[in-house]
Amino acid sequence: MLPEVGNFSLILSLFFAGSLAIVPIIGYWRHNPILLSTARPLTLLMSCFVLVSFIVLAIAFLTNDFSVLYVSLNSNSNLPIWYKFSAIWGSHEGSLLLWVLILCGWSTAVALKSHTLPKEVGPIVLSVLGMVATGFLLFMLFTSSPFVRDLPNVPANGEDLNPLLQDVGLVIHPPMLYMGYVGFSVAFAFAIAALITGNLNSSWARWARPWTAVSWAFLTLGITLGSWWAYYELGWGGWWFWDPVENASLMPWLAGTALIHSLAVTEKRGVFKSWTVLLAIFTFSLSLLGTFLVRSGVLTSVHAFAADPTRGVFILALLIVLIGSSLLLYALRASQVKAGVAFGLTGREAWLLLNNIILTVLTLTVLLGTLYPLLFEALDLGRISVGAPYFNTVFSPLALLLMVFMAIGPLSKWHNTKPSLLVRLCVWPGVVSILLAGVISYAYHLGGMAWLSLSVAFWVVLLTCKDWFLKVSAGSKGIIPRARQLPRNYYGMMLAHLGLVVSLIGILMVSTCSEETTVKIAAGQTVSFAGYQFTLNQFESLKGPNYVADQADIAVYQHGKLVAQLKPEKRFYEARRQVMTEASLDAGMTRDIYVSLGEKLDDQAWSMRIYVKAFVRWIWFGGILMMCGGVLSALDKRYRNRVEGCHA
Amino acid sequence: MRKVIFFIPLVVFIALGIVFYLQLGKNPEYMPSALVGKPVPKIHLVSLDTDQVVTNMGLPKGPYLINFWGTWCPTCAIEHPYLMRLEKQGVPIIGIDYKDDKASAEQWLRNKGNPYKMVLLDELGNFGVNMGVTGAPETVVINSKGIIVYRHQGAVDDVAWKTIQGYMQ
Repeated sequence: MLPEVGNFSLILSLFFAGSLAIVPIIGYWRHNPILLSTARPLTLLMSCFVLVSFIVLAIAFLTNDFSVLYVSLNSNSNLPIWYKFSAIWGSHEGSLLLWVLILCGWSTAVALKSHTLPKEVGPIVLSVLGMVATGFLLFMLFTSSPFVRDLPNVPANGEDLNPLLQDVGLVIHPPMLYMGYVGFSVAFAFAIAALITGNLNSSWARWARPWTAVSWAFLTLGITLGSWWAYYELGWGGWWFWDPVENASLMPWLAGTALIHSLAVTEKRGVFKSWTVLLAIFTFSLSLLGTFLVRSGVLTSVHAFAADPTRGVFILALLIVLIGSSLLLYALRASQVKAGVAFGLTGREAWLLLNNIILTVLTLTVLLGTLYPLLFEALDLGRISVGAPYFNTVFSPLALLLMVFMAIGPLSKWHNTKPSLLVRLCVWPGVVSILLAGVISYAYHLGGMAWLSLSVAFWVVLLTCKDWFLKVSAGSKGIIPRARQLPRNYYGMMLAHLGLVVSLIGILMVSTCSEETTVKIAAGQTVSFAGYQFTLNQFESLKGPNYVADQADIAVYQHGKLVAQLKPEKRFYEARRQVMTEASLDAGMTRDIYVSLGEKLDDQAWSMRIYVKAFVRWIWFGGILMMCGGVLSALDKRYRNRVEGCHA
Repeated sequence: MRKVIFFIPLVVFIALGIVFYLQLGKNPEYMPSALVGKPVPKIHLVSLDTDQVVTNMGLPKGPYLINFWGTWCPTCAIEHPYLMRLEKQGVPIIGIDYKDDKASAEQWLRNKGNPYKMVLLDELGNFGVNMGVTGAPETVVINSKGIIVYRHQGAVDDVAWKTIQGYMQ
């Protein structure tokens, strides 16, 4: 009975979403304030019913209702309870429900804040979000309802959740990632509302800024968690694979980063107006494209989800209607925008323009690399795959260049900066960072690429600190009061920029200073590697809730002192008859010791892979710093001050 | 002229949409071998039946299959009865006993029957590497001119056989 309630509740929410997509727009068109004012209650009703559906599905999972096909395919009565809950988004149907739920969450947040917007803008923004929700609810109800029953042959037990997904990283990674993906729909809705109303001035950029920053922060966290999960769960210590699904999340991130900067320019200076609108459409389109690529099976991926051509056609149609109509609207409306104010070659606008150009090129690089196999095949040239070498060669130099400019941007002034002033500010930090990086690279025998990357890292850190120091030391007040006066937005930027540097150092060190080996080892033996001694004490057989495992007990010594006790496992999941490698690692600031079991070679001995990964934590630590930067800048008082101004 | 520029994103997007549409429904698992269109690489392997070295000269003339298998591979055991059926239909199959040892291979063929026209031992997997094999079972189709035309990963079954048959003609 309950699953039918869930399905019915989805149908009801589709009804409200459809009304939300139409009624306020008619209201705007007819200048009817009553129709316009329906947007808020319709949004809340839509969200409410989606929430009911989600709760119903959660109950079906937690009570082991295997008569529901989706539950029986993705759960098992022996599955630990937290994985039962996360199994809701373990596969296609439930992920979509989560997607829509999060979209409703964002819509509700906008609805609750909409009283601070001009009378017409709020309802239109909500209406655009309603259109997106309508599309996805239709998709779910017609091709992938999670409430389909498997009657009358109810299985006694479920087929279990994919063991790869039975992990704490995967409990939180998808919701965070979706929060980011879907969050960009708000910036998109603001952009479309600006196009519809024809008010392409800088005010829409101001409203969209905090929303974009928060979504960006979520997406950053989601990607960071995904990378961390891949690192310890896939068993070979890689943290990024240039896999199509990863690229699908990286593209909106890159475009979203460009959008954050371009929104700032549009708000402050009123330039790049039509470009920022296009970028907002582009960012959300890439989020949708990501969903399409993952769910339709047009690309091969390690994340191999069940692919279904009819679903693919539906998502493609949805994509074409949503993005195609936005771009058509853009083509018709954006051409009417007058060109903005002129700015100098060394003004901050120019640096941010450079930032946007590089980020767009980076996005297109990833897009091209991801889609190239598709294009190649469409032209009947056969099948190829584009791997890490392409991405690394094209991506790394551009990313480093971006970071060189990233340090200069904040030092420059709006409109125009004297070139001589910039040169004077940059010469010493430049010289110092190149020398410092040179000394370090020489002392630790690192290569030329490491020297270059370290120089960039020092350069950004020095200039960022210098900029802060210049800002707090000017004027008569003391340093601390002035430092407190700087807006949160500024500190958010600082944090995000420094976070990127931390990640850069992590990436650099892990790719140049890591060591790995494969050894044959039996109980009682000791292997020396990279200055550590690995002693295998014993093997044990374990029984988990839904698996059996062989566990090795390894003691790691350095200079005769015990530094870590590692317990890698080889697990056999009974319901899915699947073998999983559970790596074990000792985390540290400057190095991770990472051990995973290979194959059983004979009665006593196993092959074992040992990795010593230098500075790998820094990659994710940098991601967390960037996320904090995004949140901090969204919390800037300025956005709230303006809101109060609106009330008055 | 300036107005036309604003239509560029739309046009690019529509082109992409068409490409996506054409790609839908194609099997993403399908992986052609880099060797498709090339002759069989140099063979220098010992035959299980005769203990003689077999080179490319000893290969069949007409279209045939090369099947990589091993006694260590559970999927090969599942595939085996299907190969026996193909053998009854007169399909010439050359078996490559891949990363395996001779004694267990002989035992396997004695117990389960021998679907192969010839079994060659590739104990170290070198020939497998030359053929671009990633695991067992894998089946490669060679046409009457001795050119590799298709590669199938995983067990041969009814669905796979339909495709393979198409390539053999």
